[in-house]
Amino acid sequence: MEILMAIVVGILFTCAVYLMLSKSLLRIIIGTALLSHGAHLLILTVSGLKGGDAPLYGEHAASYVDPLPQALILTAIVISFGVTAFFLVLAYRAYQELGTDNVDQMRGTEGND
Amino acid sequence: MINLLILPILIPLITAVILMFVSKYVKVQRGISAISTAATVIASLVLINTVFLDGIQTVNLGSWEAPFGITLVSDMFSALLVTTTSIITLIVILYSFKSIGIDRERFYYYPVVQFLLVGVNGAFTTGDIFNLFVFFEVMLMSSYVLIVLGGTRNQLREGIKYILVNVISSALFVITVAYLYSVLGTLNMADISRKIAEVDQPGILTAIAILFLIVFGLKGAIFPLYFWLPGSYYAPPTPVLALFGALLTKVGVYSIIRTNTLFFYHDTGFTHEILGVLAILTVVLGCIGAIAYWDVKKIIIYNIIIAVGVILFGVSTMNPDALEGSVYYLVHDMIIKAALFLLIGVMIKITGTTDLKKMGGLIKEYPWLGWTFLAATFSLAGIPPLSGFIGKLMILKGGFSEGDYLGAAVVLASSLLVLYSVIKIFLNGIWGAPKPYHGITKGHARYLWMTSAVLVLLAVLYGFGAETLRPLFTQAAEVLTDPNLYIDAVLKE
Repeated sequence: MEILMAIVVGILFTCAVYLMLSKSLLRIIIGTALLSHGAHLLILTVSGLKGGDAPLYGEHAASYVDPLPQALILTAIVISFGVTAFFLVLAYRAYQELGTDNVDQMRGTEGND
Repeated sequence: MINLLILPILIPLITAVILMFVSKYVKVQRGISAISTAATVIASLVLINTVFLDGIQTVNLGSWEAPFGITLVSDMFSALLVTTTSIITLIVILYSFKSIGIDRERFYYYPVVQFLLVGVNGAFTTGDIFNLFVFFEVMLMSSYVLIVLGGTRNQLREGIKYILVNVISSALFVITVAYLYSVLGTLNMADISRKIAEVDQPGILTAIAILFLIVFGLKGAIFPLYFWLPGSYYAPPTPVLALFGALLTKVGVYSIIRTNTLFFYHDTGFTHEILGVLAILTVVLGCIGAIAYWDVKKIIIYNIIIAVGVILFGVSTMNPDALEGSVYYLVHDMIIKAALFLLIGVMIKITGTTDLKKMGGLIKEYPWLGWTFLAATFSLAGIPPLSGFIGKLMILKGGFSEGDYLGAAVVLASSLLVLYSVIKIFLNGIWGAPKPYHGITKGHARYLWMTSAVLVLLAVLYGFGAETLRPLFTQAAEVLTDPNLYIDAVLKE
């Protein structure tokens, strides 16, 4: 199971890198979203995918799955959600102000090209 | 008081929350943020005193025993950095009163600066690797807001690049923590170090060490990961630039020092060799940038990169002398970079340009500004009685005694180029024939100069008082050379 997940995570990272190297800003942001999906799936995978009940005490199970990575992922998800929301609004604002979505045209600094 | 080391994180946090409610009353905001940052400085000075007298301070949050809860750890190294950070933030806030402009002040400038202080102080104090990630994000999120606040075209454009680079490095950080957790099964930094010592750093841990170097190298701008820095730091206004230049890259440098001295010190032949080579290349590339430009901001920005290289060269030798020198130089560099950015900010305000060829003759009308800048220049280059000297001396001593002659020679030669690059600003901008200026009034400039002169004064005192402060740095370097002190303080066995 872990091997399958490792391959899926690898594919996610590949797609993310490919998208982030493209010219359109929106494709770059989709790339960052895929990158964080890959990272979150990786945390879950590397901590082991052995069988066990959900980490709820009411289940009275013999063994539970590791609760720590789930807490880490939950933290990482909200953080990347906040950053992505900010990034999307910034891209919208930049589109209004600069009039382009093409990162190739976002070069140089004013008066110092 | 047992909770003392939370105060440098808690005070700015509460202040930021309060400041958000009074965003339309600029004067109230200024008062509250200045007073509470002064309180943070006092708390951190008390913290240094406590650490000096009683050794490493730890707090287990929620009273959960060490490896299971989040632990905050304050050894002398982090206490010194927390104090320096708080002092610089206080000065920058005072400088902002007359520099940042009322529009930015009304749109949550001061709360965001407080959040930045929370992130930086938290990153220096935490003893948990995932908690370090969270504090990194607190710091980065504030820096995203600060870099685009105001919304000029240049800020938007550079903000996009800055955010993209940091999103990628944050994802890499999460991935690296995941690998580390799967190998060792713990997140507490002392516990990680103990478990690595038990297995004696096999190949997989060396790979993780290199991943950490890439992550923190992206934050701390080492070669070849510094490409984002010159453009991004060029965009924001001066006080924000001073905060970034003095604090943000240094958190990356601190994390590299922490991971390389606490976790990965078993197989130094590989990891520290790479760190040493990268540090030297960072110095060389930084020097090329610093002497190439005729733009005052760009020159100082490339000087940040040089200093990062010099500090990391000291760390890569793992020599007690060089480590002590690196700690000393790190604190010196934070103070002097903030001072230089604020001073060139005054020059830019007066002349209305960043182009060195359009400046000149400032010494006629603003002699105090000129001489302060000269003092800062000499201090940066490391002229003996001033603050840059002793740190670099000890780094070089460590480098030579470890037999790394080429690296030490490059660091030595870099001082000359650093001096050339900043004296160029002095000779062309402050010396020479006066030109007409269209900037701010004299009284206004005097206020800005006075606040930045406090930092230059601190840097000078720091250089002259090196002998008095020496025990602090020796204590800081002790923990770096002997990780067991740190582990025993946290795990209490």
